Amino acid sequence: MTSISDVIFYILVFFSVYVQVFFFVTFFENRKKIVTRKRNEKIKLSFYPKVTITVPCWNEEKTVYKTVRSLLDLNYPQDRIQIFLVDDGSTDGTWNVINKFSGYPNIKVFYKKNGGKYTALNLGLENLETDFFGCLDADSVTDPESLVRIMGYFEKNPSIMAVAPSVIVHNPKNFIQYAQKAEYNMGVYLKKMLGFLGAINVTPGPLTIFRKRVFDELGPYRHGHNTEDMEIAYRMQKNRYKIEHCNDAYVYTNTPPTIGKLYRQRVRWIYGFINNTIDYRDVLFRKKYGNFATFTLPMGIISIFSVSYLFGQIIYNLGNFLYSKIIVLNTIGFYFSIKSLYFDTFFINTRSFMFLVFVIYFLVIFAIIFGRKMTEEKTLFSLNMLYFFPVFSIIAPFWLIKGVYNTILSKKPTWR
Amino acid sequence: MDNNIDWKKYLIVFLITVGLFASASYLSNYFGSQKINQLKAIQDKIAIDILSSETQFSLLSELSCKNISDSVFSDELGELGNKLEWSQKNLGATDEVSYLKKYYSLLQIKDYLLAKKISARCGVKSAFILYFYTTAANCGLCERESLVLSSLRTEYPELRVYSFDYSTDLSAVKSMLQIYKIKDTVLPALVIDDDVLTGFHDIDELSSRVRESFKLQGTTSAGNNKTSP
Repeated sequence: MTSISDVIFYILVFFSVYVQVFFFVTFFENRKKIVTRKRNEKIKLSFYPKVTITVPCWNEEKTVYKTVRSLLDLNYPQDRIQIFLVDDGSTDGTWNVINKFSGYPNIKVFYKKNGGKYTALNLGLENLETDFFGCLDADSVTDPESLVRIMGYFEKNPSIMAVAPSVIVHNPKNFIQYAQKAEYNMGVYLKKMLGFLGAINVTPGPLTIFRKRVFDELGPYRHGHNTEDMEIAYRMQKNRYKIEHCNDAYVYTNTPPTIGKLYRQRVRWIYGFINNTIDYRDVLFRKKYGNFATFTLPMGIISIFSVSYLFGQIIYNLGNFLYSKIIVLNTIGFYFSIKSLYFDTFFINTRSFMFLVFVIYFLVIFAIIFGRKMTEEKTLFSLNMLYFFPVFSIIAPFWLIKGVYNTILSKKPTWR
Repeated sequence: MDNNIDWKKYLIVFLITVGLFASASYLSNYFGSQKINQLKAIQDKIAIDILSSETQFSLLSELSCKNISDSVFSDELGELGNKLEWSQKNLGATDEVSYLKKYYSLLQIKDYLLAKKISARCGVKSAFILYFYTTAANCGLCERESLVLSSLRTEYPELRVYSFDYSTDLSAVKSMLQIYKIKDTVLPALVIDDDVLTGFHDIDELSSRVRESFKLQGTTSAGNNKTSP
């Protein structure tokens, strides 16, 4: 006797295992190509192209100083770096902070009325005079060696159009940030694998560097449902522009410290994913767009379905469980006997999905650990990374469902 | 690193995933059958216990009633009942479980008959409750009654509860139902001291009945645990 819900459940488990195995196989195919240099290992390029880096700021008075300092400390000839600081109509002291940098020969400071991050970046593009363009979010700090390593990718392969760095959680303090740290570690691993597959779907705001040609040919940044860094990557994939991932170019980012802020950030991301995917739906499953069309996008869609469905099932089971406990209470009261604590291996659940869940957990932990390895963490395993499982399995369904809900009601999520 | 899709890889990953599914279902079946074997082993032990007690009883007709204590009864019946109930909910192999359940019902009846014989011979009342329930229809009261009975059993360890699923397709069980004139409309039904009680009865009521009929002492000071934490 199998019910429809069992069938759906096993199909979703099948897809989840498939995705994890796909990443794992990709890893085994390409493991020799993964190069991780020591954190402070210096490399030299034969030629240092000029790069413009735009820092869009909106009420970032607390973090922007360090962001700009990290750019000035880059191990890259300063006369080859042009820095644009764009105040996107901040209402706090951001302008005063960035204005102090206006004396530097390679820094230009702009002020504009608030129009959203993509408008700030487009102001940077309008003033662009170099062949390379990048953005650094004002909540992030770059490692001194990042830019030179990223530019090394462009030097080696002229067909590469954009290179994304590894984003690492800066100075985690509480369990929510430790959970995100594990997630970002896993993200490094997954992004590297997507890079091998030619299927990267986000060129993150912190220090992705593009060739100017991308914007000349495809146009400037768009609103992209508040995820302009996803929209540009979709547009590049649609035009079959190559995006690479430089796993040992590190950018340290500040992550939301509270569940509420994390929730708002992720609703925005999920909403962006859903709506950009809807906008670019004609790409889906078209083999000429490569693995991006046949793996990355379907994977994202399926994961939204699975998480929402499994969450519904968990809520249902939890409801059933509580209901039965209430009946027990009503019937026999708080009856507590030693016998019920008696443990018998007979009662361990050995249904087949339990083993598959183990496989998935194993592969997820592998991804986190390998992500740590690729980012030169001192230890490969830390108990703090286990926060990932409770935090993300309990809260992620809420932002996923909210993202779907907002899409259906066409409610646009706010930035913060 | 290029935009070409490696279909072979999609296929290989598919096969690996199918392989993982097959292994998982193999493991699940393996542990499932281990559990069934465990259940069978317990049942065999109970069968031997009962047979041995019966034989002992017929052999030594002059057996002193003093010597007949609880030791002639098999202790594992309760444990087996719990495990069978769990298996019915959690194991896929329902055919085997329902077969084991029939066997379990038979063992209970034999145990019950033995208890009756001993009480007739020795003039002691043996403390048992017959309990009829159903798993075929959604019977919320049956679930609650089962909870009451299992806590009653912890309260009075000497009390034996024989539970019979109304939907068990076994002539011996059908005869039991006929003897006590139990219909599926009145479930759950209990037989205490030859009285048939139908519908739900709470723990206080049954507890006082058990004390009156069988002169049993509870393990805790009071049978009505509702308020004790």
